[in-house]
Amino acid sequence: MKFWRQPGFWLPLVIIFAWGLTILLLHQDTARETAFTLLMFVALASSLNILLGYTGYVSFGHIVFFGVGGYFGFYLLSQHDWSLLPAALAGGIVSALIAGLLGLAILRLRGAYFALATIGINEAARAFVDNFSPFGGATGMFVNFSAYQPYGGPGPALWTTFTYLWLITLAVLVVSYLVKHSRFGLGLLAIREDEDAAMVMGVKAPRAKTIAFMLSAFAPGMVGTLYFFKNGNVEPGDAFQLHMSIEMLVIVMLGGMGTVSGPLVGSVTYVGLRGYLLTSPLFKSLHLAVAGLILLLIILFVPTGAVGWVRTRLPWLRRALE
Amino acid sequence: MLGQLAASLTDGLLLGFVYGLAAMGLTLIWGVMSVINLAHGPIIALGMFGTYLLFSHLGLNPYLAVVLVALLGLPVGFLIYGAAVHRVINAPHLSSLLATFAVNMIIIGVGTAIFSTSPQNIDFSMGTLEMGPLTVPGTRLVAAFGSLLFTAGLYLFLYFSRPGKAIRAVANNRRAAELMGIPSSLVLALSFGLGTLLAAAAGGLIATFFPFTILSGGSYELKSFVICVLGGLGHPLGALLGGLILGGLEGLVPTFMPVSWVPVVEFGLFVLVLLVRPRGLMGARK
Repeated sequence: MKFWRQPGFWLPLVIIFAWGLTILLLHQDTARETAFTLLMFVALASSLNILLGYTGYVSFGHIVFFGVGGYFGFYLLSQHDWSLLPAALAGGIVSALIAGLLGLAILRLRGAYFALATIGINEAARAFVDNFSPFGGATGMFVNFSAYQPYGGPGPALWTTFTYLWLITLAVLVVSYLVKHSRFGLGLLAIREDEDAAMVMGVKAPRAKTIAFMLSAFAPGMVGTLYFFKNGNVEPGDAFQLHMSIEMLVIVMLGGMGTVSGPLVGSVTYVGLRGYLLTSPLFKSLHLAVAGLILLLIILFVPTGAVGWVRTRLPWLRRALE
Repeated sequence: MLGQLAASLTDGLLLGFVYGLAAMGLTLIWGVMSVINLAHGPIIALGMFGTYLLFSHLGLNPYLAVVLVALLGLPVGFLIYGAAVHRVINAPHLSSLLATFAVNMIIIGVGTAIFSTSPQNIDFSMGTLEMGPLTVPGTRLVAAFGSLLFTAGLYLFLYFSRPGKAIRAVANNRRAAELMGIPSSLVLALSFGLGTLLAAAAGGLIATFFPFTILSGGSYELKSFVICVLGGLGHPLGALLGGLILGGLEGLVPTFMPVSWVPVVEFGLFVLVLLVRPRGLMGARK
């Protein structure tokens, strides 16, 4: 089966491509900011989905890789004058390596124990960066104004950042599809269903899990660098927010875990919903409670998420909605 | 130096009893139904606010208020179990983790809307107790004693009452317990209620000596995770031991390094114990 002939492969890519292109052509700052947040969520949620949806391991601390990679990339950018793309790549590689090391240790834990360990890692990472002086301690780091010069000033630099994020998001979606339909991905799905049975059938579970963990950590590291470059500064509270890990989980659940287009659907729905709740006078102060209620209803009644629900109800759409 | 060390250790250990009580609720729920209750922190915060409201608006003695709040925790726990946990009790961990997290968001959301996030405190003093170089605030002493009472109560209930024995049976083997005619859904709801009761009581006790906001529950929830893992998930008495260890660390660490390193030590220890001895210090049995 040639993957490039599958509509399920093209659909999310075409949507993201057309959307990013529209933003680039429109050249509006507000539209770009909205799209930046959304694309970031899509990339982060898709990465998490490789671990959560395909492998079935719940990580409450996935934002650690966003924070660690972002911190490292930003450190190279601001203290060593690297340019954006190599710094982002370095950020991604460092977070993947850290994920590999962590994975060797904590992927031995299963189920709830793994989830607990990831919460601990998130907190420990934040506390560590808070106290680690080369990274600026609690006040964080700032990017020098001159760092924007190679991109033609701060304004154009933001557009460059957006373009990179757009391309990274496309790449993440391609990887997500390829993983799902590869032999390696089938191994991951088998681990999700029953790890012991998968090992009996010849899936090298420890290695597969570690690779999945590293894959899912790579993009967040890159996205983190871009995000902090866009903001112009980085500080521990910003980089390691437990609630963003949770938002990613909600997005994946909303869209449908284990699906390629789920994170995309989930991000759009979640960001739209959050925007509505934050601005509506009725729900403004209750937006968190309403979001919680929606999450609860999804988990209790539509555990497969939006994409999963559509796939079971409308079988003829299955080829297009992977 | 030695006097100061002893003082901070005593401080930490007294606090440790209350931490242990908070963690006991979490570990009880885990032990009985293998659900990690991520709504634990907000419930602790609700306990704080319940005690605060009873104290400041009705003028009750805070310790009486703690008991009332704890009793209220039982029906709240039933409610949470029925609404959020019961449907996903047999689903993979992800579902129950996310369901209880959704409850967490709902409580925090409503709580923020009602109480805002400004800090409150219970203005109540029990004097201080002086023993040589040690000066111990009375409220902390009473809180530690109260935690011990609640622990003892839990043990008497679990070991000497019929419902308590049913809880232990369900924790041991739910299906076998059902075959013996134990209504397992009721028992699960009761254990969730008990877990909530303990968390609310711990929150109330903490509120008598620390200021708090609706969000404070979060940090105690994290401490509870650390404690549960230290003591072994599912071992209520282990939670007390874990609480004492954590409290002792919190007392001692600041005398050797800056206070901001305390969380690093705590969570480092947490991850280490998870890796080396995931069944906890007390969890010897398989």
